[in-house]
Amino acid sequence: MDIEDIKKNMKLSIDGVPYNVVEAEFVKPGKGRAIYRLRLKNLFTNSTIDRTYHSGEKVDTANVTAQEKQFLYKEGDHYVFMSTDTFEQVSVPEDQIGDKKNWLKEGDVVTVLMLDDRAIDVTVATFVNLKVVKTEASSRTATITAQAKQAVMETGAVVDVPVFIHEGDVLKIDTRTGTYVERISTKK
Amino acid sequence: MTRAESQRLARLRPKLERRALVYHHTREFFRKKGFLEVETPLRIPEVAPEQHIVPIGSEGWFLSTSPELHMKRLLASGYDKIFQFGRCFRRGERGRWHNPEFTLLEWYRQSGDYRQMISDASELVAFLAERLMGSRCLHYQGQVIDLSLPWLEITVGEAFHLCAGWDPVASPDPVRFDDDLVGLVMPGFPKDRPVALLDYPAALGSLARLKPDDPQLAERAEVFIGGLELANAFSELVDAGEQERRFRAEIEQIKCDTGRKAAMPRKFLRALGDMPPSGGIALGMDRLVMLFCDAASIDEVLPFTVDDI
Repeated sequence: MDIEDIKKNMKLSIDGVPYNVVEAEFVKPGKGRAIYRLRLKNLFTNSTIDRTYHSGEKVDTANVTAQEKQFLYKEGDHYVFMSTDTFEQVSVPEDQIGDKKNWLKEGDVVTVLMLDDRAIDVTVATFVNLKVVKTEASSRTATITAQAKQAVMETGAVVDVPVFIHEGDVLKIDTRTGTYVERISTKK
Repeated sequence: MTRAESQRLARLRPKLERRALVYHHTREFFRKKGFLEVETPLRIPEVAPEQHIVPIGSEGWFLSTSPELHMKRLLASGYDKIFQFGRCFRRGERGRWHNPEFTLLEWYRQSGDYRQMISDASELVAFLAERLMGSRCLHYQGQVIDLSLPWLEITVGEAFHLCAGWDPVASPDPVRFDDDLVGLVMPGFPKDRPVALLDYPAALGSLARLKPDDPQLAERAEVFIGGLELANAFSELVDAGEQERRFRAEIEQIKCDTGRKAAMPRKFLRALGDMPPSGGIALGMDRLVMLFCDAASIDEVLPFTVDDI
C-alpha cells in the first residue's frame, strides 16, 4: 500500500512483525518531499517505535482482525479457542496469554487478535464472574482483626476478598486491576 | 445536519470570526500600500511543474496549485503591485498543518527582491498583531512570540551548519535537505521570534533567480513562526530560457519518479520574457490564521476540511 494512504489504527507488517499505527503525522516543506512520521506499536511485544517514510514509498499492511472467540479448554501449555460462528479452533501458547490466564474460564467469550490465521493477543472482558474454590473460613475473631483475606478462584487466580466470602461463592472481578468488585451469588 | 457537526461548527465560530478579521486587515494593509487585489483562474491547463507538488485534475485541466503563473503574467504586462488570496489545491497534502484545498496569500512587487518581500511580510504580521491584539506579542501554543521588526535572518548554509552539521550548498542533497530541515533545522530555530531562512542552494531555487555574486545560491527565503512554515519568497527569475530549462528538468524528474506527465506552461514562459525584475511571496493564510487563533491544527480554522466535506 502507498504510504500516502496509511491512517491511524491501520495495521502494518514490517519484517514479518505486525504493528498498529498509533500516530501518523504528515509533514512537508512547501516545496519539498512529503514526510510521514509514524509511531508504531509492535503487536507482539507492545513496544513502540518511530519510523519515517517519504512519498512514493510502499508499506505492507498486516491482515490483523479482532475476532470474538469462546475459550474451550487448556491442553498442555496451550489454550484452545473456538470461533462462535465458524467453529474453527485456534490454540494460543500459555506464555502469549500471560497474566490474562487468571481470568480465562472455560466457556467465556473473549476477543482474540488474529494475524492471518494466527492468534497474537487475547483480550478478556473488563469484568468476569469467577467461583471461589478455596478460602479460609472466617471466624468471628478474624473479622475483628482483619478486613480482608485471600481467595483462590476457579482459574487459579488469587484475589483479596472481604472476610464474609465463602468457598463456592461467585465473585465479580475487575480484570484490569485483579480486584474484587462484588459478590454475585452465594454457595447454594 | 448531524448534531455533532452542528456542535463542531458552533465551537469554531470565534476562530472563523477572527479569520474574517485577519482577511479584512490584510486587505487594509495592502490597500494602504497601493497594492491592487486581483483574482486569477482556479481551473487552468497547466500548473508550474514541481516535483513535490501534485495537482488535482479537472476534466483534462488542473485545479490551481498556486496563483503564481497568472500573477506573473499580470506583472509582465505592467501591473506593478498586486496581491491575491488564491485558493490552491494539492493532492495528498493532509495533516495537522495541511489540507489539500487551502489559501495562499501571494503578492508581487515590481523591482522588489526576496529581502523586500520578507520585510513586507514582517510588516504585515506586525500590522495584523496591532490590529487584532493591540500589541506585537503573539501567544501561540504556550509560547510568547515577539513580532518586533526586523525579523531574525539566517542563511540556509549557517542554519544547516549549526543544526545539522553539513553544508547543503557545497554538497547538495535534496532528500537529506528536506529531512534535516524538518527534523533538525526547524526545531533548532528560536521559538520566541519569527525566523527568515535565506539563500537556498541553487538546485532548490525553484522559480527564484540565482544570486548575481554567487550562482551556487538562489535568492529564495522562507519564513517560520511558532514552528510553522509560513511563507516562501523569491527574487523572481525573469530569464525565460533558464526557467524553461528548470521546468524541463522538473518534468523529466516527475516522469521518471512517478510516470506522471507534466506539461510545459508555454503562455507563462512567453510572458516571462517581458516581466521586469520583481519580488514575490506566497504566505499560507490558513497558517497565519492558526497563529492568530492559537490553533494547534488547521482543522480549527477551516469549517470544512477534506474529511468533513
